[in-house]
Amino acid sequence: MKNPIIKLKNQPRISASYSVVGHLEKQGPLGELFDEYSDNDKFGKNTWEKAESEMQLRAVKGAIKKSGLKEYDIDLLLAGDLLNQCVGSNYATTNFNIPYLGIYGACSTCAEGLGLGACLVDAQTIDSCCAVTSSHYCSSERQFRFPLEYGGQRAPTAQWTATGSGAFVISNEGNVKITEVLFGKAIDKGITDINNMGAAMAPSAIDTIVRYFEKSEHSPDYFDKIITGDLGFEGSEILKDLLLGYGIDIRKNHDDCGLMLFDKEKQDVHAGGSGCGCSAVVMASHILPLLEQGKLGDVLFLGTGALMSPMTLFQGGSIPAICHLVHLSSR
Amino acid sequence: MKKQEYVEYVEKRAKRSPILKNCFFAFVIGGAICTLGQAFLDLYKHLGVNEDDAGTLTSITLIFTSCLLTGLGIFDNIARVAGAGTLVPITGFANAVSSQAIDTKSEGYVLGVGAKIFTIAGPVILYAILSGTLYGVIYYVCTLIWG
Repeated sequence: MKNPIIKLKNQPRISASYSVVGHLEKQGPLGELFDEYSDNDKFGKNTWEKAESEMQLRAVKGAIKKSGLKEYDIDLLLAGDLLNQCVGSNYATTNFNIPYLGIYGACSTCAEGLGLGACLVDAQTIDSCCAVTSSHYCSSERQFRFPLEYGGQRAPTAQWTATGSGAFVISNEGNVKITEVLFGKAIDKGITDINNMGAAMAPSAIDTIVRYFEKSEHSPDYFDKIITGDLGFEGSEILKDLLLGYGIDIRKNHDDCGLMLFDKEKQDVHAGGSGCGCSAVVMASHILPLLEQGKLGDVLFLGTGALMSPMTLFQGGSIPAICHLVHLSSR
Repeated sequence: MKKQEYVEYVEKRAKRSPILKNCFFAFVIGGAICTLGQAFLDLYKHLGVNEDDAGTLTSITLIFTSCLLTGLGIFDNIARVAGAGTLVPITGFANAVSSQAIDTKSEGYVLGVGAKIFTIAGPVILYAILSGTLYGVIYYVCTLIWG
């Protein structure tokens, strides 16, 4: 079988990243690290959907400014979110005079955007691009579950959609290289419970990790961190447990964006955070700075997404999932 | 791992909801709501309202209180602890309707609130009316036969 890992010979760089979050994320363990936040999660807008677009707008503007580039230097916007027809991104990107590709991979969209952008810059088809994703607890909850003020109890395995947007400028300048990309396959292991998305997504992460280490010259120990986003508590435990069956032990260096963003005990988020914005803001504000400062050398970032819609679930369908891998390096 | 094996593995390891704790809070808070309802019923009767009207007034009071607490953003915090305690009495139904109304206001009063207000409560209304009709027919037929 041919090697599925895409090696990026020109090693494109992440030149800058920017994060915008809601109030609950601000109160979390990484609160101090975010670039911007809103006290009431509305970002000065009158609907949750507009608030989500506003987050993306601010994230893209912030990332471009940080990178030292100008808007006209950016050749492409790769944007995605969780809303139907990706409207969060569609409205946000009308504010820029930059060509735009809408992408969807549920919570894996951040890794999908980074991977795609890196491939395009590596191939020298474009010089630079900006990858951005967002999710908003309030807009997602309405679309996928119940009204916000509905009084119900959550299952212990349920995850909490993060409110936030993270943007990354990919170009040929910067300390953090993207050296490898491995796109995921859609995997369906028969999970139908929307309150246990970690379990639905874990098999896709296992598939991608197994395929990666089959062909990679590196072993799991080579990486300072192997970060999934966002399997939450339940999915992370399943991942680590089942990978042992393949002879891959990531228990020492594994971390999950959904578990880093919130304090699972104090913030009543059950199995941890999820959503396109979750891994984006954790990577943008926490992991990338550590890579830039040289405190982390090599990081495997695995974005995992549950690819269902409420309609397919009501029809009795199970939840397919996908996991994209991006290898980041500051060495 | 095959699909069926994986589903069984996941179900086996998933942490269950704390049923005893949930039952306890549902009992205490649900009971408190019912006690409150009884207090209102006694109050209305004490004020000279007849038994039937006092019952209706009690329901209206509980529905109004639930809707008000939903609008103030307090109801869901109580329900997070109370679970079935707030869901089962008339309070849960009031919350299911009013929370949906608040949520869909941004899409307008016709296509938003008007079209979607009964999204959650709708099945209860539909099947309550259907089963009511069915029992009515059965009752009517029985009275014709044995009446």
